[in-house]
Amino acid sequence: MDPRTSLLDLLREHLALTGSKKGCDHGQCGACTVLVNGRRINACLTLAVMHEGDEIETIESFGDGDALHALQAAFVAHDGFQCGYCTPGQICSAAGMLKEWEAGMPSHVTPTLTDADIALSDEEIRERMSGNLCRCAAYPNIVKAIAEVAERRA
Amino acid sequence: MRPFVYTRAADVAAAGAAGREGGRFIGGGTNLLDLMKLQVETPAHLVDVNHLGTTEIEPCEGGLRIGAAVRNSDLAADENVRERYEVLSRALLSGASAQLRNKATTAGNLLQRTRCYYFYDTAKPCNKREPGAGCAAMEGFNRVHAILGGSAHCIATHPSDMAVAMRVLDARVETNRRVIPVSRLYTLPGDTPHIETVLEPGELITSVVLPPPAAGRQIYRKVRDRASYAFALVSVAAILDVRGGKIRDARFAFGGVAPMPWRHEEAEALLLDAPANEATADAFCDALLADAAGHGGNDFKILLLRRTVKAVLAQAAA
Repeated sequence: MDPRTSLLDLLREHLALTGSKKGCDHGQCGACTVLVNGRRINACLTLAVMHEGDEIETIESFGDGDALHALQAAFVAHDGFQCGYCTPGQICSAAGMLKEWEAGMPSHVTPTLTDADIALSDEEIRERMSGNLCRCAAYPNIVKAIAEVAERRA
Repeated sequence: MRPFVYTRAADVAAAGAAGREGGRFIGGGTNLLDLMKLQVETPAHLVDVNHLGTTEIEPCEGGLRIGAAVRNSDLAADENVRERYEVLSRALLSGASAQLRNKATTAGNLLQRTRCYYFYDTAKPCNKREPGAGCAAMEGFNRVHAILGGSAHCIATHPSDMAVAMRVLDARVETNRRVIPVSRLYTLPGDTPHIETVLEPGELITSVVLPPPAAGRQIYRKVRDRASYAFALVSVAAILDVRGGKIRDARFAFGGVAPMPWRHEEAEALLLDAPANEATADAFCDALLADAAGHGGNDFKILLLRRTVKAVLAQAAA
């Protein structure tokens, strides 16, 4: 493997896992979001060689055929996309975001940092998902889809 | 991206040795790899410093020692940081996106490069990228550029939010060779804008130490073009002890306005025992901004900084 290969290019070009998308390739759009050891990162801004032994989850690991993951089902139910290009990144990011929220991690809009329980308001979802851009501007429905899944998990 | 050799350093000594021979340290890589894709950075050797055991946050002399490889998201969420160093947590949470904070490290955040458009654009002259080439920002689009501390050769700003909080908290950087206060880590551009810190070849930041916080309310206020995921036009980190309408202690550091997290301790002295009102804020800003200079596009930052200081002081006094 050429050490220049990004984790994203390893997934897409070498492992044929083309669910993770290359939008900007500079960490600005979030279309390449994957989970590394359970945490969401931009796969375009890290080298594959830096992840020996790490566990990588991509959109391909969500759901199984017609049996959709809860986030996938909610995105369908709430029409959380138009073209769909950003959706794999949105869903991986949402999965990571929900874990962060469940672990009690605060965000920029959290009113009191020392609160043990942070309510996942729409404002919190928007702030926590700001690393994922949607050029179709499906944001209101993306927020609804994530809120529904969060509510069911709470 | 230019070809390079990648090695994973086994310990701090090995990393330092590789660094002395020209190796470039990589932590989270979120800024360095971006610059390498654009060939703004072209290291021949990348030394991975993610496996040196510097991922802990531990008590230290009444404060905290933060390992160099602690991720920005973990630092922001740390219980001790949230309770005692709110300004640091708030600064971190206001920067970048969740994905980037999950990857970016403490040391890497301090050492990230400017986001000056012309530094990124290899078709344009930049003294930081290519010493002696000239500065396209002087006569170009300089809306995001420095109003303090710049030179005729460079008006790029330091982009970090975290570093601004570290500056107001009087943090110290520990390297494999010495201890450097954050106040002395960065250098002004002068006629050598390609030199940004006092770190020497092979010198590796291993941790950052926070002394016990000064008494007072901690505030981080960031003004930017959109509500999330944007760099500061102006940011203010403050620790303000206001009682009975009087300022008992005041510390201010500023981001988005200078080549380094900016602080003016002589101006801070004007605030001691002064009433917490607009006139006091104006006197402080008069001293703070005495040498401020706009370059056309960024003239607005001078007034914006003054207004943001007033807002922060009012918040602390409320």
